[in-house]
Amino acid sequence: MAELIGVNKKATIWDKIKRFSLNNMVTIMFVIICYIGFYYSELSFAFFVNDLITRIARNAFLVLALIIPVLAGMGLNFAIVLGAMAGQVAIIMVTHWGIVGWQGFLICVVISAPIAIIFGYLTGKLLNKTKGQEMITSLILGFFANGLYQLVFLIMVGSIIPMENETLLLSTGVGLRVSIDLTGGLKYAIDDLIRWTLPRTLMMIGCVSILIGGFNIYKYTKGVPNYLKSKVKLRMINYSIAGLAFVIYSFVITNGSSLLNNIRVPIVTMVIIGLLCLFNIFISKTKIGQDFRTVGQDRHVATVSGIKSDKIRVTAIVISTLLAAWGQLFFLQNLGTLSTYGSHEQVGMFAIAALLIGGASVTKANIGHALLGTVLFHTLFIVSPIAGKNLFGDAQLGEYFRAFVAYGVIGLSLGMHAWKKQLQGKKL
Amino acid sequence: MKDKLHVYIKQFGLPRIIIVTFLLSLCVLAVIYNLSIAGLLSDTLVRTGMHGVLVLAMVPGILCGIGLNFGLPLGILCGLIGGLVSIELDLVGFPAFTTAILVSIPIAIVVGWGYGVLLNRVKGSEMTIATYAGFSAVSLMSIGWMILPFKSDEIAWIIGGGLRTTITLTGRYDKILNDFAAISIGNLTIPTGLLLFLIAMNLIVWVILQSKAGIAMKAVGDNPRFATAAGLNVNKYRTFGSILSTVLGAIGIIVYSQSFGFIQLYQAPMFMGFSAVAAILIGGATVKKASISHVFIGTFLFQGLLVVALPVANKMLTAGSLAEITRIIVSNGIILYALTQVGGGE
Amino acid sequence: MKSQESVLKMSNISKEYYGTRVLNNINLEIRAGEIHALLGENGAGKSTLMNILFGMSVIHSTGGFDGEIELDGEKVDINSPLQAMDLGIGMVHQEFMLIPGYTITENIKLNRELIKKDFINNLMPTSLKQIDLDEMNKEARKALDTLDIGIEEWIKVAGLPVGYMQFIEIAREIDKQNIKVLVFDEPTAVLTESEADNLLKAMKKIARSGIAIIFITHRLDEVMEVADNITILRDGQFITRKSKDDTNVFEMAELMVGRQIESLAKHEAKDIENQPVAVSLRKFNVAMPGEEVRDLNLDIYKGEIFGIGGLAGQGKIGIANGIMGLYPSRGNVLIDGQPLALNNPKESIKRNLAFVSEDRRGVGLLLDTSIEMNIAITAMQNKNKFLRDYKLFSQKSHRQIRTHALDMIKQLDIRCTGPEQIVRRLSGGNQQKVCIARALTLDPMILLVSEPTRGIDIGAKKLVLDTLIKLNKELGITIIITSSELAELRSICHRIAIVSEGKIEGILMPDASDTDYGLMMSGEYNKLKSKEVI
Repeated sequence: MAELIGVNKKATIWDKIKRFSLNNMVTIMFVIICYIGFYYSELSFAFFVNDLITRIARNAFLVLALIIPVLAGMGLNFAIVLGAMAGQVAIIMVTHWGIVGWQGFLICVVISAPIAIIFGYLTGKLLNKTKGQEMITSLILGFFANGLYQLVFLIMVGSIIPMENETLLLSTGVGLRVSIDLTGGLKYAIDDLIRWTLPRTLMMIGCVSILIGGFNIYKYTKGVPNYLKSKVKLRMINYSIAGLAFVIYSFVITNGSSLLNNIRVPIVTMVIIGLLCLFNIFISKTKIGQDFRTVGQDRHVATVSGIKSDKIRVTAIVISTLLAAWGQLFFLQNLGTLSTYGSHEQVGMFAIAALLIGGASVTKANIGHALLGTVLFHTLFIVSPIAGKNLFGDAQLGEYFRAFVAYGVIGLSLGMHAWKKQLQGKKL
Repeated sequence: MKDKLHVYIKQFGLPRIIIVTFLLSLCVLAVIYNLSIAGLLSDTLVRTGMHGVLVLAMVPGILCGIGLNFGLPLGILCGLIGGLVSIELDLVGFPAFTTAILVSIPIAIVVGWGYGVLLNRVKGSEMTIATYAGFSAVSLMSIGWMILPFKSDEIAWIIGGGLRTTITLTGRYDKILNDFAAISIGNLTIPTGLLLFLIAMNLIVWVILQSKAGIAMKAVGDNPRFATAAGLNVNKYRTFGSILSTVLGAIGIIVYSQSFGFIQLYQAPMFMGFSAVAAILIGGATVKKASISHVFIGTFLFQGLLVVALPVANKMLTAGSLAEITRIIVSNGIILYALTQVGGGE
Repeated sequence: MKSQESVLKMSNISKEYYGTRVLNNINLEIRAGEIHALLGENGAGKSTLMNILFGMSVIHSTGGFDGEIELDGEKVDINSPLQAMDLGIGMVHQEFMLIPGYTITENIKLNRELIKKDFINNLMPTSLKQIDLDEMNKEARKALDTLDIGIEEWIKVAGLPVGYMQFIEIAREIDKQNIKVLVFDEPTAVLTESEADNLLKAMKKIARSGIAIIFITHRLDEVMEVADNITILRDGQFITRKSKDDTNVFEMAELMVGRQIESLAKHEAKDIENQPVAVSLRKFNVAMPGEEVRDLNLDIYKGEIFGIGGLAGQGKIGIANGIMGLYPSRGNVLIDGQPLALNNPKESIKRNLAFVSEDRRGVGLLLDTSIEMNIAITAMQNKNKFLRDYKLFSQKSHRQIRTHALDMIKQLDIRCTGPEQIVRRLSGGNQQKVCIARALTLDPMILLVSEPTRGIDIGAKKLVLDTLIKLNKELGITIIITSSELAELRSICHRIAIVSEGKIEGILMPDASDTDYGLMMSGEYNKLKSKEVI
């Protein structure tokens, strides 16, 4: 409906603000909640930023893994849990073999890929059988797969599957330990490759941003088709200004004695996250990306015009599962401990909540939503226990609040979507 | 002949065949391992009675058209409040149990009404929304448990705020139904009171389903367009079904708690809905069809499976959690199967 | 002219669905650059013929068809819509196959996106090739220009007027390089008059470029305006092929409708007009998707069997559904002189109206419920019948329901294993009788029956219609029948209204001429009559 109103150019600024806030209600609400939380947590800014950067590096990849299924009209893929499992299988194997550092990580990437692809394929097949109920199916599928996962690693490893490793196995010789320490193994395998200080990172981001802005200015002066004009204009202004701001701010920090100078950013991880963003953009401009969108918008029309929509849907889920597997690798190398039976369980829920908080919906999601959502959701993660403790004398309360928010925002967002669909159905 | 067998298998449902075969082979193993069959049967009966009402809560939900009621935790929370209030009032025995139920029913009616109104707005996605409504209600009530002003020592921590995670019912209404007129034959104990209560609840639901409103509710769930043409208010009867389901959930958890001996707060109710959903599906229900007999068959089979699996697994392997893993795989597997049968494949 | 080779030739096409012959030896031949009108009532076989042309799966999953299709003189087997597309057969759909969230370009180039031709792209597998939006825009522009559409190609389809959407569909078809035959399926049905004019102009232009056009419509004046030749189908039979110059609107109307009135139960004419008015509709509007009723006025007299006919999509189905409150409606409705509260099914039932829906399986029945409950439920819910009251609560009365159901089964001759059988297992005719039984259980004064014989066999058809006549005669129930089968209406009704574009085009006696019926169905009657007066 928004597009319709958008045609009317005479909308006043006030209307625009109103519409903007209506469309982004969830996000705006979160900015406010996060701010209040931050205020009452009484955290120092530097500590907060440090924590936030760690968490972004840890989680952004997983959130980005959700975008493609949304494009393909399959809603939020709760089944990325299966991808996470694939990642963990690889980590367990590599830890067992005792391969450490980035080499170990690379082998994890290679091993997890075929497993994730098989999982994704099966998930896609199942979701094709339950069209219209994809989300509840993928949610339950996550639980189901968790059962199988436990069966394998708690019962079969050491009994049916031969394995001998005192550090990994329980004392009985059957089943893996509840938590596996990755220190000295895969911990920080990628994060510690290169670390830059925050100002230096900001400087670099600023420079890249200015370059992108400059490229857009160059494109603009060379002349662009009408339909792109406003887009390019917006891009060149935004990127240039943001870039300048970053560079200036980095100077301000360096010349001050702020604790921010001590923050060290895991550059390789960040760059890979950046590359994943580019990959998402790339995919959306290819033939298959267009097919994802077509199938997502209208499966019937897609089929009539000759697109094999079932196949496209499976592909979307395979990609998502694969990315989730790799995302889980990044998550765990940063965290440093694999909680064998728990690390994957909440992955789907937290990633989805983050995406939705960033302003995505069941039918619309992009990189901006993913990144903004990650920042906001993890801000809440950092501040809510401390704020809870400061306000009510109990950190637990903040944690329950956090869980409530995660579940609530998913429920709310799905509910709003279903309601809107019903209203539209009535109008027709 | 082969075709006939095929049709029969299809009607009975592949997963049900697997589950029954699995259960039977477990029983054979139990005999081989020399486990007490009477003991296992008693356990199964107790757990059937314990979970029966929660499973029964699925029936009105399915029949009124909201599908599998994954939002059961909403009802459970209402029941928990009732259970706590009766302790706070310092009641003991049957009065305590009855008060718990009587307090929880009006709360459940209000909550169920709101829940029904919510589900009327999200037709087509009820199950997903219900799941998250349940999850978020449990988290919200977790905050609630920390700040609700209960004073009784049995409920609240003596130091610091908030309620205990587990509240023991010993001396209140622990096993009050289980022990009522219980009959012991050798090793076999029949929890007469518990089973009678379950049968009574089923009877009440059956009577409701035969009433004018119940028949209207079934028509609404079966075919909303037909119901509209028959002059029925579809949303009204869906709400009616949601309320009924929520109230049964509330009573169900009280029955469950008295049998269990404890009231569990905080995150405990989170996944209780899934077990109930799985049980009724195992009994032969689908997303659209359910009956009282499905409740009995399903609960008995599912709980029987879990009861037998535990000691057998312990004999076979030293690893302890096989029974829990079985529960996860079986319950979620059957739900997945039911979802593929909805006919989403056009 | 004659020497020109035909592009498409369909010869001796026959098709059976489950033993019923729906097409019998149809021939269709079209030359390049010709606009060929395909005329026929609903059920004449037009859509089946087109389904065969497009190789739709309904055809192949029901045993294929007999006959041959030749394209450019070569025999072809068309097994899938995709293949039809590859062969150069295109369709402008009646319900738009457009994606609202896409730009016009993206819609025109749907699944035919252009690929960038740089080096890296050539190395990529097909699905990872980058899309060339600029080039796509250019080609889309070209297609739009051919149609003289000035609209920008990069704006989104959502929110565009319906007329534009139609043109985007056409642009998509003519953008296909190899297009030879283009089918327009009732393209003007949703357009305003000026939009329709533009469309016809565009069609002529496309035809001039050498594409053959099959034009399916019921608007005879449009046929006269653009078509070169005309093929008329009726009841699956090939009736005639004529050049436009050799025929006129009247003849076409007659050929479309003309048939012998089947000798179903005929009954004596009745002096209806002296009876009081049973149902009076004034400025009646119903928003039933695809069957809208617009500002309709109609009086139906007590004790008559009143027929409502017309082509599909014109709104005849909407009238009964509107009166029963099943679709949003507005206007004035008087039942026996008293106003009826609209949009309230319960109220309509209370006013002694009963309805047998056209959508038997969707609205008419609880398929997995027993016959007896299906018969009893509406009366139970609305008139508190079949209930035992225990003050605090009520229970259904098993005995009363059973007695009544057995009575109905006997009365209407419902063939079943017993009142407990679920209705899904019954044949279409018996299901329909269950629906009628339920309606009768309400003791209605006015019975609305929609498409009473759709999908049921001939024997059952006669039984159902006889039942309706009996009810009318013996119980004096006013009956309003909506039906697509004109012959059926003409055999049992006292008067028949024909609906066109949501309004009553006119009311005819059953024995009025075929030409009048044909003209009314195609909405030409009043236009032509007013011209005659002048």
